[in-house]
Parts: sequence; C-alpha cells; structure tokens
Amino acid sequence: MKLLKHSYLIFLLLLIFLISCGVPNNPYPKSEQDEEIYYSTFDEEPKHFDPAVSYSSDEYTFIQQIYEPPLRYHYLKRPYELIPLTAEAVPQPRYYDTDGKQLSSDVPAVSVARAVYEIRIRPGIMYQPHPCFAKDESGVLRYHDLTKADVKGFNEIKDFPMTGTRELIAADYVYQIKRMADPRLACPILSTLKDYILGMEAYAAALANGQEEAAFPGVEVVDRYTYRVILKAKYPQFIYWLAMPFFSPMPKEAIDFYSQPVMKERNITIDRFPVGTGAYRIETLLAHKEIVLVKNENFRVERYPSGGEPGDREAGLLDDAWETIPFIPKVVYKLEKEYIPRWNKFLQGYYDSSGISSDTFDSAVTFNDTGDPRASEALKAKHIVLRTSVEPTTVYLAFNMLDDTVGGYTPEKQKLRQAISIALDYEEYIEIFLNGRGIVSHSPLPPGIFGYEAGETGINPYIYDWDASTNRPVRKSIEAARQLLAEAGYPGGQDSKGNPLIVSFDNTWNSAGATSRLTWMRNKLEQLGITMESRTTDYNRFRDKVKNGNFQIIFWGWHADYPDAENFLFLLYGPNSKALRDGENAANYDNPEYNRLFETMKNMENSPERLTRIREMNRLLQRDAPWVFVYHPVAFGLSHQWLKNSKPSALGRGNFKYLRIDARQRAESRQAWNQPIVWPLWVCLGLLILGTIPAAITIWKRERQTKQANIADEASEN
Amino acid sequence: MLTYIIRRMLYAIPILIGVNLIVFFLFFIVNSPDQMARKILGEKNITQADVDNWKKQNGYHLPLFFNTEASGGGHFTETIFFQKSAKLFLFDFGKSDTNNIDITSQISQRMWASLAIALPTFLVGLLVNITVSMIVAYYRATYVDFWSTIVAVMVMSISQLFYIIGGQWLFGKMLRLSPISGYDSGVDMLKFVILPVVIGIISGIGGGIRFYRTIFLEEVNRDYVRTARAKGVSEAGVLFKHALKNAMIPILTNVVLAIPLLFMGSLVMEAFFAIPGLGSFTIEAIQAQDFAIVRSMVYLASVLYIVGLLLTDISYTLVDPRIRFG
Repeated sequence: MKLLKHSYLIFLLLLIFLISCGVPNNPYPKSEQDEEIYYSTFDEEPKHFDPAVSYSSDEYTFIQQIYEPPLRYHYLKRPYELIPLTAEAVPQPRYYDTDGKQLSSDVPAVSVARAVYEIRIRPGIMYQPHPCFAKDESGVLRYHDLTKADVKGFNEIKDFPMTGTRELIAADYVYQIKRMADPRLACPILSTLKDYILGMEAYAAALANGQEEAAFPGVEVVDRYTYRVILKAKYPQFIYWLAMPFFSPMPKEAIDFYSQPVMKERNITIDRFPVGTGAYRIETLLAHKEIVLVKNENFRVERYPSGGEPGDREAGLLDDAWETIPFIPKVVYKLEKEYIPRWNKFLQGYYDSSGISSDTFDSAVTFNDTGDPRASEALKAKHIVLRTSVEPTTVYLAFNMLDDTVGGYTPEKQKLRQAISIALDYEEYIEIFLNGRGIVSHSPLPPGIFGYEAGETGINPYIYDWDASTNRPVRKSIEAARQLLAEAGYPGGQDSKGNPLIVSFDNTWNSAGATSRLTWMRNKLEQLGITMESRTTDYNRFRDKVKNGNFQIIFWGWHADYPDAENFLFLLYGPNSKALRDGENAANYDNPEYNRLFETMKNMENSPERLTRIREMNRLLQRDAPWVFVYHPVAFGLSHQWLKNSKPSALGRGNFKYLRIDARQRAESRQAWNQPIVWPLWVCLGLLILGTIPAAITIWKRERQTKQANIADEASEN
Repeated sequence: MLTYIIRRMLYAIPILIGVNLIVFFLFFIVNSPDQMARKILGEKNITQADVDNWKKQNGYHLPLFFNTEASGGGHFTETIFFQKSAKLFLFDFGKSDTNNIDITSQISQRMWASLAIALPTFLVGLLVNITVSMIVAYYRATYVDFWSTIVAVMVMSISQLFYIIGGQWLFGKMLRLSPISGYDSGVDMLKFVILPVVIGIISGIGGGIRFYRTIFLEEVNRDYVRTARAKGVSEAGVLFKHALKNAMIPILTNVVLAIPLLFMGSLVMEAFFAIPGLGSFTIEAIQAQDFAIVRSMVYLASVLYIVGLLLTDISYTLVDPRIRFG
C-alpha cells in the first residue's frame, strides 16, 4: 500500500512539474517559443542527400534548400517557368551539323549532330561554412589528412571546430556531371544521360574499368565561371534537367574530405552531409528523429520575387516583393510516421503546415455551391488557410497491348477498350474515393503542361460529348458503351460462342479500403456484362508482372520530372515498352504513327506546330485507348495564418527561403489553444482514493478478526 | 556453473546459424536481389544495367547459396549467404543496403530511445501488476476479485492501438497534458516519455493481473502458507512476505526473459509516438526491403533471447537454493 501511496505522490509531482513548464503539451523547448522557426514533418527517413544519387521528392525537400543547380522554377508563376538560379541566364543551345557548321535554333532534330549548352554562373557565390574548406595558417586544407584520433567522438559535421568556404566555380559543376557517370554511385539518371551527353557512356565504362583519367568530351570548363555541356542530339528538355539537383555543383574538396577512410568509418559522408551554396545548410541530421536546417551564413543577397500569376497579389504572396531572403533563420523537420498525431499537432499549432488525409478530409474541407473547396468552419475559426494545386501527375489504367484479349490495334479492340473507358466513371470515383481531390483526365497531359487543352478541343471525344449548354464534357452513356462492346464482338459481354468476357485487373490494393474500390470497378464493368477478376499481389510481384507483360489491366501513375509534354507522352512511345525494352511504357503501346509524331515532337520548341503534333498524338491515344485516362491529382495543403508566402510547388522544392513566420502570433495562438485541463485528473484521483477506503476498511477488519481469532485460540489453549 | 554457461553458449551457435538461415531463406523467397535493387533504386528510369550495377556494388551479384563458377571452398564462400552472414557472428553488422549507414552505430544510437520507453513501462508495469494482483488475490472469491477479473479480460481484449490513439486523443489533444508525440534527449525526454509509459502500463495491466493473480492464488493454497497462518501471521504478511518470495521463480521466468528484449523496442508504440527506437528501425527496414538491417535485427533479437534464457536459468539459483547446475 505504501508503494501505491508513493506512486500517487510521484504522479502528482510529475503533474505539477509539467504544468509548471508552461503549456505542458508543447513538444519544443520554451526557448524556441518566440523564434522564427519553421516546423514541419517528414514521414520517411531520407536515404540519400548526395545530389548524384537522390531522386525522391522527400529528399528534394531538403537538398533543394542546400544545393543550387544553375536553373530553377519561378516560385510564383504558373505554368512553371525556368529562370536562372546560379546561372546568369537560361542557356540557349547552339546546334551544329556533322561538319561543325552552326545551325539555326529551329532546325529539325535530324540535322543536328551536336547541341552545345554554355552556362555562365554568377561570380561571388560562396559555399556554406564547411570543414572541407578549412585551412591552416599555411593555407593547407586542415581536415584532408585525418587519422582516427583526429575524429574521435565526431559524428556530425558540426563536430569539426574549424570551417572555411570558397567561391563557386564552373569546375564544380563539371566535376558533378563527371561524378554522375561513376558506376559506383549508381546515379538513377545515368542511363538517360548516357543517351544524350557526348562521351558519357564511354567515360562511365572507363570508370567501371578503373580508368579514372579517361576523357569525357561532353563536358568542359570554359573559364572560371563558364562551363559547357555537349549533347549528341537536339534535346530541348535538357534545360529542365539543369534545374534538378543532379546538376548541382560539387566541390572536389568535399569529395576528397568525405572519401577519407576515417570519415567513412564514422558514417560522415556526402550522402548525409551536403555541401552547397543554397540558402540553408544542415545543422542537425538525425534522420530517425529530426533534421534541422539553419541559414547559410555565406548566402548571397537574393530578393523575393516581384511578380507572379494572377491572384498572387490578392493572396498576399507579393507583400514581400524585393525583400531580402531568406526570412526564416531555422527550419525544423520532425519525423512523424503516423498521420493522426501529425494532424493533431498541426491543429494545436505545433506544425506550421499540413496535408490532409482521407480520414480528416470531411472535417477539414467543405465545398461551396460552385464546387470549390474551402477550409471547414472549424479550421477557419483558427484562421487556417487552404491552398490547392493540380499536380504534374497523371494516373491511368493501362491495358496490356500485347494481350490477346484487351490488346491489339484493330477497330474491334479499340472499341472494347473505349467501352471499358466509358463504363469506368472516374468522375464518380474521384467523388467517392478521393473526396474530389483530382480532375478527370482526357489525355496524359495535366493542366499547366504545354499541350494541355481545356474546353471542347481538349476533351476525349471517344468517351465524352461536349455539352454546349453547360460548357462541360458529359460522359457518354452506358448504352453507348454497350453498343461499342457489341461492335467489338462482345454483345452483352459475351463472345460469339457465348463465353463471358473476363478481364483480370492486377493491382497492389492490399489495404482494407481497397475492397470498396475493387467492388466499384467490378460493378462498373458488370454494367457491360464484363466480369472483372482482381489479382491483388505485393508490389514486387506486381512489378515483375508489369515488367514481363504478364497482365491485362493495371492501375499506375507518373509524376513528371519536368513540365514538358515529352515527359508524359514518352510513356506511350513504342521503343520504351516495359515488357520488351524495360522502358516506362507499361501498356507496351506501339503505334508507328504515334512513334513518328513523338520523335518529331520531342525535340521541338513549344510552338503552334508542336501543339498540332501533340493534338494528333492525343487523338491517336484517345482512339486506340491503350490507357483509361483516370485523373490528375489535386494537392490540398493547409497552413496557419502565421506562415506567410506559402505556395505549393510540385517541381521546385527549394522554397524555404521564401517563407516567413510571424512568431509572436504563433506563440499567442499556441498559448490560447493549449491550456491544460487538469480537473478530470483530480476527479479521477478523488474517486481512486474514495475507492480504496472500503478496501482499506475491509483489510483492517480482516486483520483485526485474524488477531482476535489468534487471541481467542491462545486463550483457549491456555 | 561455468561449465553449464559455456555449454549453453556453444548450443547457441547452431541455433544462431539456423535462425540466420531461416531469415535468409524467408527473405529471399519474398524478394529477389533484383527486386531489392529496384525497390531501393526507385521507380523511374531504372534499367537492368542500373540494377546489375547496384547488385555488384552491394554484393548481391553472387549466387544465394552455392556458386557453381567458383572452385573449392569458393562454392560456399563466394555466395551471398556466406558473405552476408559470416561477419554477423563477430557482431559486425555492416552497412545498410538502402543508405549505406553503419548498422552498429544506428543500433547503439536508437537503443536508448527504445529503452527510455520500454524500461519504465516494464518496471513500473511490473510493480503495478504484482501489487494489484496481490490485492486481487487477497480479496479472492469476493466481488473485488470477480470485477477485477472481468476488467482485466476487457483490458486484455482491446488492441494496443486503441490505447495509443485514445491516450493521445485524451491526454494530448483534449486535456493537453502531454505532447501528442515526439522525443528528445536529456531532461526534456521526460515529457515525451510519460504518455507512452502510462499507455504501455495500462494496456499491459490486464494480462499482467491475470498472470500474477494465478501465481499468487497457487501459492496461497500451499502448505507453508497454511502453516504461516496457523502460526498467527496476518493475511497481508502471508501474502507480501511468504507468498511473494515463493512466487519468485515464475515471476523471474517471465521477467528475466523479457529484459534483454526490451532493447528491441515496440513497433507500434514507437511509430505512433515518433520514438526513434529500434522497433521503428526494424519496421522501416522491412518496408524498405533492407536485408542488411532485417538480418541484423533478427540476429540480435535471437542472441538477446538466448541470453535471456540463460539469465533466467542462472537467476533460479539465486532465488531457489535447491537448484544447482552441473
């Protein structure tokens, strides 16, 4: 019983201690209360911070604050617009024929033997303070000949007492491109780049054979601030790659520093501790817990943009025009694997921004009469702002064009797939399963990409009719789909011998919620008399089936690397067949006419002529229907009123430098929203004490009875 | 005793080889090295050449168990199984497959977070369970016993996830008495640890009471208890002094076996409370198909389990003088 009493006491003391700490549910130190720190979350540990290896949006959230490729996307303008970051200007390629004669910029791709990109970077850009640059009194790099004793107890970069810096030079960009060719790094875009950059394939092969000094003619330093990349063909999309972290500068000092055996032994590598010129640098890297970025002390003077898209000024996104950035000195990212605690902490004001899951969607978002989403009343009461943006992503159902039943290019097969496309009413699907977070697609191209067309010209005429009275596309009726199916040779869903048409749907929908989605699909196809068999499997098996072409229908998607039609339409280019050539064309669609159009379109600048080609390609896809065009996701993001200048950007993620925090407003809101409620605990404690009284009395009585009985026994014995 | 310990440690070697073999076999039934590579390299623009390159860089280009192209002992040593397993016996866990981080240093870092939750949950939970069980045993065959048993069964029947989400909602969100999730080192750790510990104790109390109550009821019906009562020892004295001491063997079996595994952490608790412990480390590795970490964690758990069994046997000699090992 003493122990129990003590535990009450310990509990009370702890309670008093916590309440005395101020707001007891505040997960941050009290000292950070008034600081302009941006708090957010990540739900998966980033694996790579080496820009030659990293290829994940989660990782880009961090490394794009640190590494600076020559180009970037404008923070506010949509459609996405490329502008210089460290470069002086967006490079214009020079084209040459096989004789070395310079050609005009609009020359057909077949005439081009070399495309030369000359990139001049701005002088005076400095690297973050880093020990790899630290020098001793005699000018020798201090930490480039380390012994075990030198790094005893060191686990992070901040453990090194001395740092240094140096100016960014063109050679750093060249060095990084050469690094990408190193097979030991397993750069995920090497196979793509090898097809374009002159000599990269041979250089990679030489490195694989240990020939470190092999020639790489496709990349060269012109002068201290200029470098040149030479392509084997016309490839206008190359400038988009120049906005990705792969093409960031890498100082050789950093690689030499991290390559020392003692550094590798201590897990201090370039893959964990980046060295960049960006607005931020990593201060703390505990990927299993938190990642802290702080302002790069050596960051140059950069200004907040003064222009954006219509509506940005009204939304307050231009209030800080021409101000020096970054505004926020520190960014704290916490690992939160589960959505529920993350969401509740956002509502308490402990995270500055949040996404919305399906579980909380109804309580977070309402739709007005015109169908536009709004933050719910509960969120509005907290002045939480909702922002939406269409992702550069396309989600689709792919038919395997190599399959005997659903594949093929005859009019009958086209009609079969068109009938299925009509029956699968994805407007309804988006409403039921995505809470309206998507727009139905009519082609592979999402809004914001050149070639996307809204209105009547953009609709898929095989699946939709245009309703002039409402100015909206209307899905064709199920009767029209049945008619198409009959023309395809399956009247009522049966072939000429009376056998039912059975199609299999391969998927990885293992979760509990997936059953209703499968039922929905099954019901939709049953309207045509088609039986759908679901083949649910794990992702490894699924991927193998797709790779081997062993499926009929699959559900898949693609998130763009860059905002160009080529990056979507290549998904249906015949030579990219997944089953035949391990490419990204999962449907294994191979239409010579489409392939021809793609080959000419891909190397064209955006122009009316290119738009015509894209239209023709879309018409072919809509007629052949190798995909059921499903939807383009719409991202919903929430942020508190104290977070200023927040605008979603699916392609450029180096955005922390534009954000601003009103720390005072945040502290006041947190204080108001998180006052502890203690009385239920006192009630529970009182009830517990009351509950123990009868028990204590009973014990006392029992003990007394035992004693009396013993006394009586002793008396009778005496 | 020493001979016994050495013998038990030698027995452990074939067990550990067997465990390692089973893990290896099960892992590679589900995943091939190609699938591992594709999962780790990502979805986009990955070709077979990239996959082959990754396998070569990470030592997964060799055959699984038997290398027909090698000669002599190389038939067995030039295989993934040998190359990846041999060093485990020296506790050299190597590097993670997904991000090349040293696994030993990760274990030594994350172990403390797991212990920060598991140890107080275990100790306080043990104390609470034994105390409540003794009280229930004291009131055996009364309404206190009856209702305690019903409540214990109810508590046992509810998923731990319910306690976690309910606890976060009640204490973190509604009463605002503790952070909903998170973790920090030093004194700041305290405010993050209280809620998961309380939830851990509450969710485990049902099973604990049922288990220890059975032990105590068995003890209070033994002859020595009757003798103690006959000698005039009070009912509380009988329970707290005599029965408790004699119930130590089953308690120790339960307790000592659990102690080494406390290091391994709790998968669900750590995920929901964002505790960077070994439980979340393991589950992340399984999701990422990081064979190096999965293999290391299973091996470590096996070693700790064997150590736990050995410690249990040794502890018997401390509480029961009749037990001797030859």
